[in-house]
Amino acid sequence: MHDAAPILDVAGISKRFGGLQASNNITMQVPAGKITSLIGPNGAGKTTLFALITGFHTPDAGEVRFKGEVITGLAPQEIAERGMIRTFQIVQPFAGQSVRENIAVGAHLKIRSRAAALEKAEDVARKVGLGDRLDMDAAALTVAGRKRLEVARALATDPDLILFDEVLAGLNPSEIRDVIPVIRAIRDQGVTILLIEHVMQAVMSLSEHTWVLNQGELIAEGSPQDVTRDPHVIEAYLGKGMAERMARQAGAATGGAHE
Amino acid sequence: MRQLALLGLVFAALFTVPFVVESESWRTTIIMTLYAALLGQAWNILGGYGGQFSFGHAAFFGTGAYTVAVLQVQFGINPWLGLVAGGALAVGVAAFIGFTTFRYGLRGSYFALVTLAFAEVLRILSNTVPFTGAGVGILIPLDPGAASLQFTSKAGFYWLLWAITLAAFLTAWWIGHSRFGARLMAVRDNEDAARALGVDPFRVKMRAIMLSGLFSGLAGVFYAQFFLYLDPGIAYGPAVSVESLLVPIVGGMGTLFGPLLGAVALHAVSEVTREVIGDLPGISLVIYGTILVIMVLFAPRGLSGLVSRLTARMRRTAEGDRHA
Repeated sequence: MHDAAPILDVAGISKRFGGLQASNNITMQVPAGKITSLIGPNGAGKTTLFALITGFHTPDAGEVRFKGEVITGLAPQEIAERGMIRTFQIVQPFAGQSVRENIAVGAHLKIRSRAAALEKAEDVARKVGLGDRLDMDAAALTVAGRKRLEVARALATDPDLILFDEVLAGLNPSEIRDVIPVIRAIRDQGVTILLIEHVMQAVMSLSEHTWVLNQGELIAEGSPQDVTRDPHVIEAYLGKGMAERMARQAGAATGGAHE
Repeated sequence: MRQLALLGLVFAALFTVPFVVESESWRTTIIMTLYAALLGQAWNILGGYGGQFSFGHAAFFGTGAYTVAVLQVQFGINPWLGLVAGGALAVGVAAFIGFTTFRYGLRGSYFALVTLAFAEVLRILSNTVPFTGAGVGILIPLDPGAASLQFTSKAGFYWLLWAITLAAFLTAWWIGHSRFGARLMAVRDNEDAARALGVDPFRVKMRAIMLSGLFSGLAGVFYAQFFLYLDPGIAYGPAVSVESLLVPIVGGMGTLFGPLLGAVALHAVSEVTREVIGDLPGISLVIYGTILVIMVLFAPRGLSGLVSRLTARMRRTAEGDRHA
């Protein structure tokens, strides 16, 4: 896990909004070239953590390093220029502009020429399965289409690290099956991916390492398989009573086998 | 490219107006229409493509107008230099207003109100300081000749205006076909998403307001040289600000030809009302207000939006006929 230098190094990040401790002393190292994920119940502070990492909020304490460089306190656009891109849980298309134009905004991060950026946009659109909707108004896309658009815009910037905020939420199972290979293909191009995801099927099949956030604190990390068996994690999702009952049942089952 | 060709065609046709149109009153009407298109396109660069609704474009217009006038009257400086200085100073005012508002992320109605306030401050200032002639206004002495930027015929003025307007329209075309424009429209449509993709909204808006201010300022220079008289109400009053925003709203915000369509439509309407109702004071503002309400209610994308909707419908019916 920690063999190579991490691409993203979050050290002791905290953020308080009034009486709410949204992030409390969070430390995590995201390894380069892999798909990792961040899970946790609703309101755990996952999106806030993304916002803290990408400059949309400034942390009260702690430090974020990206590719070895401290980026705490930089503006979102400066962080994007350095190669870390986030997507939004609530999709944010440039309504009134075509799919092609939407993606080209991302492509322009590294490409000055309009023609080249539009060409790149077309290329990326095909990769994420939007090739047939290039001239459509982005506002007219379905939810699944808009999620793909978020992915495409981020990808068009040629990033080193993408933070995907629930790109699969709101999709039906067959759409999820379609998007999962798209995410894998992005990783295979050498882009590191950190996912916030509620769709456990995706977390289990895609990510190699998972952090679990609850009430602003990291409560567990490890492989998705281990993490989902962790009693703290079960408790965070299902409550204390359910966690104990499950532990008893598991104990009874294994105990029975031994006797 | 088709858009650029159409633009070239339209401006080539406009270039020939002085050869074709003989009547003085028609020439004046055409000049005032083109002048409105220039004001509108200047506003459109910031308001239409950038989504920053200014209610105070008079601040740029008046600065351009007063610069050329004051430099001539008080310092005897050639108005051709004044043209450059007027444009530059208007850009300076735009940069100052842009810096103070965009730095603090003022958007929407707050931005509109602050720009209005800046224009009003400048109006009051020009009403008090002596070198603008204060409330009496400033009269540029008549000195016909191309060297003093006062042409002996309307044609000279017309071609000067034509050149400035062409530059404004080419700038708008470039915005529609460049990285800067793509970023400007991204900021207009969703500032957070734009930032997440590496766009610096402050820088983009600053460039837009400075370009916008430049063309408004040049329109002011033209106005001063054409009418040879300015007072604080003409230069910095709300009439110019309203005309600047009304033209592209009627014609189609964020479109290349919107300001031209809007200018033609508004001037057609005001000519007709003058014929029908006569020169009732304030009647044009009443009509403009009514048009604004109707456009916002029924055609929020302006005349050019209506045109593209109609052509799309015609194409669909044509295809339907072919299938039938």
